[in-house]
Amino acid sequence: MKTAVKRLLAASVVATALGGSLVACGSGSGGSGDGANGELTLWTHNAGNKEELAAIQSLVDEYNAKPDKKATVKVQAFPQDSYNDSVVAAASAKKLPCIVDIDGPNVPNWAWSKYLAPLELSADLSKNLPSTLGEWNGKTYSVGHYDVALALLARRSDLTAAGVRIPTIDSPWTKDELDAALEKLKGLGTWEHPLDLGTGGTGEWLPYAYSPFLQSAGGDLVNRDGYQSADGTLNGDAAVEWAEWFHGLVEKGYAAQKSGKDTTADFIAGKSAILYTGSWAADKARAALGDDLVVLPSVDLGEGPKIGGGSWQWGVTSGCKSAEAAMDYLSFTLAPENVAKIAQATGTIPATEEAAALIPAYAPGGANSIFREFSQEFAVLRPETPAYPFIATEFGKATQDILSGADPKSTLDKAVKDIDANIKSNGGYKG
Amino acid sequence: MTVLKPQGVLRPGTGPVAWLARIALAAVFAFPLLFMVVSSLKPDQQIFGDLGSPAAFLPVGHLSLDNYAAVFDRVPAARFLLNSVGVSAVTVALGVVVNSMAAFALSRMRVRGKGIILTLVIATLIVPFETLALPLVWWVNQLPWLTANGFSLELTTGWLDTYQVQVLPFVANAFSIYLFHQYFDSIPKELDEAARMDGAGWFTIYRRVVMPLSGPAVATVAILTFLPAWNSYLWPLMVVQSEELRPVMLGVQYFFQLNVSWGEVMAYTSLITLPVVALFIAFQRAFVNSIAASGVKG
Repeated sequence: MKTAVKRLLAASVVATALGGSLVACGSGSGGSGDGANGELTLWTHNAGNKEELAAIQSLVDEYNAKPDKKATVKVQAFPQDSYNDSVVAAASAKKLPCIVDIDGPNVPNWAWSKYLAPLELSADLSKNLPSTLGEWNGKTYSVGHYDVALALLARRSDLTAAGVRIPTIDSPWTKDELDAALEKLKGLGTWEHPLDLGTGGTGEWLPYAYSPFLQSAGGDLVNRDGYQSADGTLNGDAAVEWAEWFHGLVEKGYAAQKSGKDTTADFIAGKSAILYTGSWAADKARAALGDDLVVLPSVDLGEGPKIGGGSWQWGVTSGCKSAEAAMDYLSFTLAPENVAKIAQATGTIPATEEAAALIPAYAPGGANSIFREFSQEFAVLRPETPAYPFIATEFGKATQDILSGADPKSTLDKAVKDIDANIKSNGGYKG
Repeated sequence: MTVLKPQGVLRPGTGPVAWLARIALAAVFAFPLLFMVVSSLKPDQQIFGDLGSPAAFLPVGHLSLDNYAAVFDRVPAARFLLNSVGVSAVTVALGVVVNSMAAFALSRMRVRGKGIILTLVIATLIVPFETLALPLVWWVNQLPWLTANGFSLELTTGWLDTYQVQVLPFVANAFSIYLFHQYFDSIPKELDEAARMDGAGWFTIYRRVVMPLSGPAVATVAILTFLPAWNSYLWPLMVVQSEELRPVMLGVQYFFQLNVSWGEVMAYTSLITLPVVALFIAFQRAFVNSIAASGVKG
């Protein structure tokens, strides 16, 4: 018995000592990074994303090596899926770093929550794609190095075999044309579901991917005049018509109710004829399919094709004790060669034309320049309101319900009721 | 003489049907693990190619340790493992000591209103951790700590982004106190009285009499404390910012990029499951007993 207790106590001592040594290893590494001691911490969502993280680190290294730097910048990377939770927890403890990256549509919410300070940069932002700027209440709170664009990918040979017209940026498919194309493709008997809409996606993918269809049909997530209600926009006639069409794609067997996890791999493997995806998938698809790949504009459901605008951007937190240095760092990163470096590492659309000219694929006539055109022509920002995260969640749930066969009108009415109640309970999210 | 069979007691069968049923049940639980380990050795294309056939569970085709090499390239896996081992071990060690002492006081000492105290302690089990998480973040951010600064100690405020914030909030555990209390109640109080006759005080009785007789309770509490500490995700996500302090579960998220490499996911999950499986094999009997004793799944 005595031995057993001694063993237990010894184990406790060893374990405590191990913990102590770990504490010793880790202590001093945290630091608030709020700029008080000449060191700024920068948080990014890129942990595990080697290419983008390496590009960010290289910009930071370049800035830190500058003789006229205003602070030393330190990178702290978080995994994307849990990044927002980490930021919210840190904000509640007033432990935010000086510089954060933010998913574009969340900027108004973070500005309203006073996480962010308005930007005062020496860099000229007038040449940026509008979708790379995060604005709220007339002020710019964030700026991005890149954007992404939604598109339809297909094989030229498949469309030709089905006798389907290949749409262009000036003449996209109408709703009827898309329906007819899907009917013809399904008729070939090659695919169970010719269209892959990425319906297995979750989270922000749902509003990012599907609200542009709603907008193209004449509806919207919320009434943008004051952002006080979704009534009439998310559940009006146009929205209900969109929802019925959207569910019809599944009902007619044109699209799967829940697609695979890796839709690009499925498309390359020939499991779908048309893939609705983002510009990030193009290089992989082109490498596999070569010249047979065609990049098509999204469908026009009545109000012209629409695609979501706004990707990850950078902002300075309101608690930063060295905001001037943080702004100086951000201005440095917005030089065309630095924007190009990040865009190239991520395979995304550079935020400015000057940067695009430095990347052959995005330079005029380049293989991916069409995505920049899509972004310029069709991008619609997700509603610039602090209510957006709630609206996005409700719309995501409604979309999944509609795909599963729920009644479109009552599903959208419920979403509207919940969104309006949320806006009301937050005092209209007024600044 | 007639041998009476106990009524209403379930006895495990020993016939071939019973064994087949056991093997089938074991396979249901073992196959996901087998799939994970086998897939960790295959390239992504082969993982998906083998799906839908028995090859998914067999080490066939092009096998390599490439996914494991890629894991260490993407994630500081060794550091995360070390962190989790340290945090879990300290939580278990302190949990056993602190909770057994609390239970000892409630079980053996004359404390006024101890029934109410025990009820209140147990009542805290009703509140889900998710409800407490955010207030707890605020709270731990207000707490003082002594930090080494060269050769002197400095009083700082806030435990965020430290190891102690991953350990200390989980040391005191209502369920562990309850388990120890129930077990201590089953140990005859006459042993305390005999020890008292020999001049022992409360701490000696706790250390020399009660704890040595409580091996099964210690094992149960250790196991039931270890598993949530090892699997901890939400709390470190909220309170740990520096990469060098993160535990293994946060590492899983590193793999979910636009193009997920499932081979790497399987390799990483194999790596972080290995210590738990090893622990299970080493303490299999105690683990099964702990589930039987506590009536809960770990």
